[in-house]
Amino acid sequence: MTDLKHRILQSVQKPARYTGGEWGEIKKDLRDVRVRVAFCFPDTYEIGMSNLGMRILYGIMNQMDGVWCERVFTPWGDMEEAMRKHAVPLWALESQDSVRDFDMIAFTIGYEMSYSNILNMLTLAGVPLRSRDRQGLKNMVFAGGVCAFNPEPLAEFVDFFSLGEGEEITVEILSLYDRAKAEDWSKEAFLRQVSRIPGVYVPGFYRHEYNGDGTLAAIVPLDGAPEIVTKRIVEDLDKAYFPTKMVVPSTEIVHDRANLEVFRGCIRGCRFCQAGFSCRPVRKKSPQVLYEQALETLAHCGSNEINISSLSTSDYRGLKELTDLLIPYCARQRVNLSVPSLRADNFSRELMEKLQTVRKSGLTFAPEAGTQRLRDVINKNLTEDEILNTCARAFSGGWNSVKLYFMLGLPTETDEDVLGIAELVYKVIRTWKENCGNQRRGLRVHVATAYFVPKPHTPFQWEKQITPQEYLRRCRLLKSNFHSKSVEYDYHSPDLSRLEAVFARGDRRLGPVIEAAVRNGARLDGWDEYFDYRKWQAAFRYCGVDEEFYTTRGYDEAEILPWDTIDTGVTKAFLRRERKRAYQQQVTPDCRNGCAGCGANQLLKEVACDA
Amino acid sequence: MPRALFEKTGNAVYISHLDLMRLFQRAFQRAGLRLTHTQGFNQRPSVSIALPLSLGMESGCELLDFDLEGQPVPNEQIRARLNDALIQGVRVLSVYDNGRKRKELALLESAVTLEYDRGVPADAQARISELFARKTLSVEKKGKNGVTDQDLIPMIRRISVRQVQAGELELRVLGCCQNPTLNPMQLEAAIGKYLPDLTPDYSRCRRIEIYDTKETIFR
Repeated sequence: MTDLKHRILQSVQKPARYTGGEWGEIKKDLRDVRVRVAFCFPDTYEIGMSNLGMRILYGIMNQMDGVWCERVFTPWGDMEEAMRKHAVPLWALESQDSVRDFDMIAFTIGYEMSYSNILNMLTLAGVPLRSRDRQGLKNMVFAGGVCAFNPEPLAEFVDFFSLGEGEEITVEILSLYDRAKAEDWSKEAFLRQVSRIPGVYVPGFYRHEYNGDGTLAAIVPLDGAPEIVTKRIVEDLDKAYFPTKMVVPSTEIVHDRANLEVFRGCIRGCRFCQAGFSCRPVRKKSPQVLYEQALETLAHCGSNEINISSLSTSDYRGLKELTDLLIPYCARQRVNLSVPSLRADNFSRELMEKLQTVRKSGLTFAPEAGTQRLRDVINKNLTEDEILNTCARAFSGGWNSVKLYFMLGLPTETDEDVLGIAELVYKVIRTWKENCGNQRRGLRVHVATAYFVPKPHTPFQWEKQITPQEYLRRCRLLKSNFHSKSVEYDYHSPDLSRLEAVFARGDRRLGPVIEAAVRNGARLDGWDEYFDYRKWQAAFRYCGVDEEFYTTRGYDEAEILPWDTIDTGVTKAFLRRERKRAYQQQVTPDCRNGCAGCGANQLLKEVACDA
Repeated sequence: MPRALFEKTGNAVYISHLDLMRLFQRAFQRAGLRLTHTQGFNQRPSVSIALPLSLGMESGCELLDFDLEGQPVPNEQIRARLNDALIQGVRVLSVYDNGRKRKELALLESAVTLEYDRGVPADAQARISELFARKTLSVEKKGKNGVTDQDLIPMIRRISVRQVQAGELELRVLGCCQNPTLNPMQLEAAIGKYLPDLTPDYSRCRRIEIYDTKETIFR
């Protein structure tokens, strides 16, 4: 007779997402395992398996003696329904064992709108949601990822957070847990010890006190917990662990390819960008190491595509050397080399043309703002000339489609800036007419605008978000100024970005809101099929929490911020200075044209910042 | 073009036809066996699988045609190297040259297991045998042009019903597998339609062997 799980698998979409058994999957003999970690990615298999960070940490944990780390992803709605109906608890892929039987439950969180999935996964696992309801060492929940830089909305649920890059700190955490389990420590004793590991933040050791107006009055560290927790980084990336023997999915995922991370950090300093500041300082890998890792990865996984990744690949000093090595190899092996995040400079244009031997990829720009004035405010170092020159060259080379991404609601934005987008698009169309070989083939300009979300640890962390009504007015204003049939204009619905803004700068009072929303059925919020704003609105009402407090109110520079305990290396003084320069429409040159003094280089002891 | 006979079992049954093609392409690459590529705008590695297998079905008789570049590699070595590069549940049984033309493939022997959680009803075996002894047996078929009726009987060459375990009945069917194609799961659909009280709690299907029209094993 077929067991229940296999009967369920037969009834759901894409069942291979739930079975494990892929090439490169790591299995261990339970007799050799002392610490079992369920590594949860709070989104679907297709998204999670595309994540490089998860692959790195999976490899690192499994390299440890006595540790077995297994993968868990958010089930799609049909699977969740079947699991609930038949009372099948959430399982990990490798062993197919229930997550609730694991010692540690780790989450990597890269997106605020996956918070509902975290709670939903714990519920499906049958694990108590609140830290205080989980007794003993079993089911210790910890989390890392970009969202851990303001973890307060999750403070009640997660036992501790691991800040920054996980290569070293994860090993320290697991080793400590191994010892704690062997010596039968209490949860309290373990948390006390783990909070002494640099980069570990235990929210339970801090009391947040509020003023009458709802702002924070004080953050009080309890019993000697550190006042500030500084994120961890890996100094020498050449020596850092890299997962060349990664898991190769048997089913299609979003980014189904080998990945090479060429450097970390960013020299650009776009003032809205959280990654650009929170991933500093800049550390590079050498082309030779990358080339060897590329060959090893491709030989192991048999992939036909390799991707060079970073926040801004044109800023990688070894790009020419690396691509000179990789292009001939990839051509021989019929491997597609993809290099996204290139800037519109000359070398990149030549490189793009060399890469076109396999397939013509799209031309995409993210000017973010429509006028040079506003681009100066946000420090987006991309000029109209650069865009139009690159377009001209591409159009004469036969391209006939271009994507342009913008944000609406940026600080100081006026209607003139909004109309500047239409004007820029008009110039792109005119450039096409002047440069294309055959006008009858037509042009497609895809324009998309996003609703600006102020993020913590950026110069815009204090900014107001505009109201959804105002955002929609600006969208309509823009739409009415597109007069060409070549233009396809998409604007995001404001609901999701509004919620994202709430949670990005949220505090501990949002914990109950997430819990109520999940009770109302919120999950898979990043997916249009499932996102239902009404479930969240009901949760805010139920908890008496005002969304405006976190969005349109704006934060005062003198205010204590919920994430003030957390130090990403970039100083608050620098962020204030950058904000002031934004209002003065003053650009800050990239780090290679002089150090702007963000402070992140202070995190380095062995090497210098590579900016 | 060499041909591989392979089986698909265990959790690998949840890998779709398209994903399986990709899985093989990567396995060849990992095994250091270079596939030739199709010509044209989108050059694809030349692998092709006869009779796409439905998601969830097991099989011991799948055929994969492929073509390698460069120095010839002995077939036995291809088999061994591929198996070292494949996942659990997908296993190459043999690799050989001069496979028969695929259009001569005509019949497929399958086993459909009907699972009854409260035991097989007493008269089920007899009534199901009778059902498939009818002259016509039409069931609904979902195709590209909506739902149409299809008569199963002309597509069934032989069928038998036997009890294999307390709660399981097994239908062994030898049916057409090309022009037209009998989907063995339609047998369960016919039971559901004509003998609704014998609808199983669950059913599963396994491909056993493939033949030409003369019932000679097809390779």
